[in-house]
Amino acid sequence: MSASNSKTMNVRLKIWRQEGPSAPGAFEEYSLSGILVDMSFLEMLDTLNEKLIHEGKRPVEFESDCREGICGTCSLMVQGQAHGPVRGATTCQLYMRSFQDGELITIEPWRAKAFPILRDLITDRRAFDRIQMAGGYTGAKTGPHADANAILIPKDIADRAMDAAACIGCGACVAACPNASASLFTSAKVTQFALLPQGHADRKRRVIRMVDQMDKEGFGSCSNLQECEAACPKKISIQNIAIMKQEYLKAAISADFRAGLGSADGGA
Amino acid sequence: MSIENIPFLGKLDSGVPAGPLEKKWDSYKANMKLVNPANKRKYSVIVVGTGLAGGAAAASLAELGYNVKSFCTHDSARRAHSIAAQGGINAAKSYPNDGDSAWRLFYDTIKGGDYRAREANVYRLAQNSTSIIDQCVAQGVPFAREYSGELANRSFGGAQVSRTFYARGQTGQQLLLGAYSALMKEVDKGKVTLYPYREMLDVVMVDGKARGIITRNLSTGEIERHAADAVVLATGGYGRVYFLSTNAMNSNVTAIWRAHKRGALFGNPCYVQIHPTCIPVSGNHQAKLTLMSESLRNDGRVWVPKKKEDCKKDPSLIPEEDRDYYLERKYPSFGNLAPRDISSRAAKECCDEGRGVGESGLAVYLDFRDAIKRDGEPAIRERYGNLFDMYHEITNENPYKTPMRIYPAVHYTMGGLWVDYSLQTTLPGLFAAGEANFSDHGANRLGASALMQGLSDGYFVLPFTVTNYLGTHATELLKKVDTQHPAFESAEKEVRAGIQKILEVGKKGSRTPTEIFRDLGKVVWEKIGMARSEKGLNEAIAEIKKLQNDFDTNLKLTGDDKLNKNLETAGRVADFLELAHLMAQDALDRKESCGGHFRLESQTPDGEAQRNDDEYAYVAAWEYKGRGKDSIVHKEPLVYENVKLSVRSYK
Repeated sequence: MSASNSKTMNVRLKIWRQEGPSAPGAFEEYSLSGILVDMSFLEMLDTLNEKLIHEGKRPVEFESDCREGICGTCSLMVQGQAHGPVRGATTCQLYMRSFQDGELITIEPWRAKAFPILRDLITDRRAFDRIQMAGGYTGAKTGPHADANAILIPKDIADRAMDAAACIGCGACVAACPNASASLFTSAKVTQFALLPQGHADRKRRVIRMVDQMDKEGFGSCSNLQECEAACPKKISIQNIAIMKQEYLKAAISADFRAGLGSADGGA
Repeated sequence: MSIENIPFLGKLDSGVPAGPLEKKWDSYKANMKLVNPANKRKYSVIVVGTGLAGGAAAASLAELGYNVKSFCTHDSARRAHSIAAQGGINAAKSYPNDGDSAWRLFYDTIKGGDYRAREANVYRLAQNSTSIIDQCVAQGVPFAREYSGELANRSFGGAQVSRTFYARGQTGQQLLLGAYSALMKEVDKGKVTLYPYREMLDVVMVDGKARGIITRNLSTGEIERHAADAVVLATGGYGRVYFLSTNAMNSNVTAIWRAHKRGALFGNPCYVQIHPTCIPVSGNHQAKLTLMSESLRNDGRVWVPKKKEDCKKDPSLIPEEDRDYYLERKYPSFGNLAPRDISSRAAKECCDEGRGVGESGLAVYLDFRDAIKRDGEPAIRERYGNLFDMYHEITNENPYKTPMRIYPAVHYTMGGLWVDYSLQTTLPGLFAAGEANFSDHGANRLGASALMQGLSDGYFVLPFTVTNYLGTHATELLKKVDTQHPAFESAEKEVRAGIQKILEVGKKGSRTPTEIFRDLGKVVWEKIGMARSEKGLNEAIAEIKKLQNDFDTNLKLTGDDKLNKNLETAGRVADFLELAHLMAQDALDRKESCGGHFRLESQTPDGEAQRNDDEYAYVAAWEYKGRGKDSIVHKEPLVYENVKLSVRSYK
């Protein structure tokens, strides 16, 4: 019933191929015909890989998992844009109907020093884990806690915390940023816990450690270019970055936090 | 030398403590063996999988002081498939004051499972449910709230109370990120070591106890050995055996299947949940299907045209009197919130009668027209916005204007490794949690119960039961086994040989892993799917054997033994082929209908599932006997002391 269902198209693909982390890479070109316009972009790549295997060639390595935009695994630069030309969508939520018949489509991995390429289109994004490790939690241990309704959280605060928490950790913000900054990713977590009362006890330690870790990983600085927000498949707002900067400043100048830096697990 | 394969000798002992139902878990905890804090750091525990069950277990065990090694196939623990759960998590908080209680949640779950789950496990689950919500709120999970600042609830199928907590349509994501945060906190403290990009390919048994695993590093291809004092498998379900399912691309049965081959019995493999509200299949190129959360049935009305000739018409032109709201008609007391197995079968029936809609005729409408009229579009957008957007992206249709088209798809597997009350498999020291075990959902799982079970197992069961195991076997376990032990040596050799064989065959054959996988999926969907018959199941077994032969002799594979997604797929397909055979055997053996298992030979006059409690009120726990060979069934009788087995009616 959709307007386009059995229509097909031809595409030309220019794909980054690289054997391993230290091997040199290069673009290779492929063409496919008879691609259904209702196919997803990754199903088109599946089709290419089946063809390559039958031709005895090594398939193009790319990552995906849930294929419904929530796990954050897929991570392709398509036509120079992180996750492709459609706003508010991951690569797996991209459909061939967004492209023209016969179009030349360029596909690259995320490009950032902090995300080394493992093979072809797959990058190692474990730097995000290490940022999270530095403070992206409340510290609550498993065990008995106060009744959930003992903490009242105004709806608008809960909603804003949820907006920030919706980040899927895909890394599109880094890939889209000319500085390869991870500020949007980091700030989304900082903001979630800055808004919620549960995050207040270790608020200062969290922001200082997470920002320091972000710098250590080799991500660049934020210069308010807003590319990250435009590329974010979950439309996370750059307001979060402003909140993070504010939180960082407050923590950095606060006397009680500096006093704590000397202790075993204070500071960065 | 040969590696230990543990033959099953004993009688299945569920290990459920004596005493009244509501005291059993307290009694377990009161009598369990403890490990003193100074000794805890002498033990290490391997947890495979970082979804709700695995992530929660790894974090909680580390908090207790054990050294935890956490494995996942992704680059990050945050990507496990729990993340995709949409609708919500049940808990008997009774905040809406609508008569809920642990008892009622227990009863709904037992009944929802068509009386094929173990009472004591389900009651414990219901008891733990309230602690889960408190735990998650303490972690900063941003659940939906009312203007009062209190937590919001919605209803789900199979219940007449509102006990489902949610975070928009992303509840799984938020709960998983909560568990992931807790895990990362312990990594930072040095109590958890992360092993990302690792696929578990074998369990290593030493002197009759699970003492480690063999893994493959998916980013480099290296085969590695890891030793520990206990092993937890929290590796999810096996719905991908159908090829098309709502499960993630990398979800697979391999970890639990390899454990099964080592001797862990497999419980109720034929119990599969076919979810009623998924976006219909649109073509042969598809790699997976997308779920539309059951929560949509709170406001959406399910219907098909009364007359076949209306099926291709624009639905907005079909007048009210020509629409068949079949769930409301057949199940007036639950209506559109009838449980999943029942709703799925009802949809199939309509389509079988020729009243299905859409291009393929394999779809029914889920219509929000009346809800939008009643509450306004903004209210509906607030509740389900992201789901509506997702539907729009995939189908190119606007569900605010045109009813959604939906059809059932494989979503969850109730079967899994058999476990006792402590979640221990029949291999000592090997535990299974979450969807990887068979334990709590019987023959059908109710909506919003998977998240509850994963977190209950991980946060509130394993920390006690693993401790009890370590405490009980302290003398033996404190004698450390290292990875130079011959058992590791030979397990590694077998794993390497398996991969080598696939690569060798792959050089000569002509069919890709995906092609064989897709064929397998078709057989399993058509013959071990929504309706099963003796004839169909026997045909399935013959076809599966043919595909096994195809795989063994005619596989086509390129690339090397380093990072190679198709090699990963091939290894998983090898295991799915064996599993499919077992599913067919289990479905054949169970000559009754119950929950998601519908045998055409066993139905009531009005087409509902006809159980046979006299002969089949048991858990079928299967023992592996070799590739291509029939397995042997062991039975754990299900004893109901607290609920009366009755006809499961939602009318």
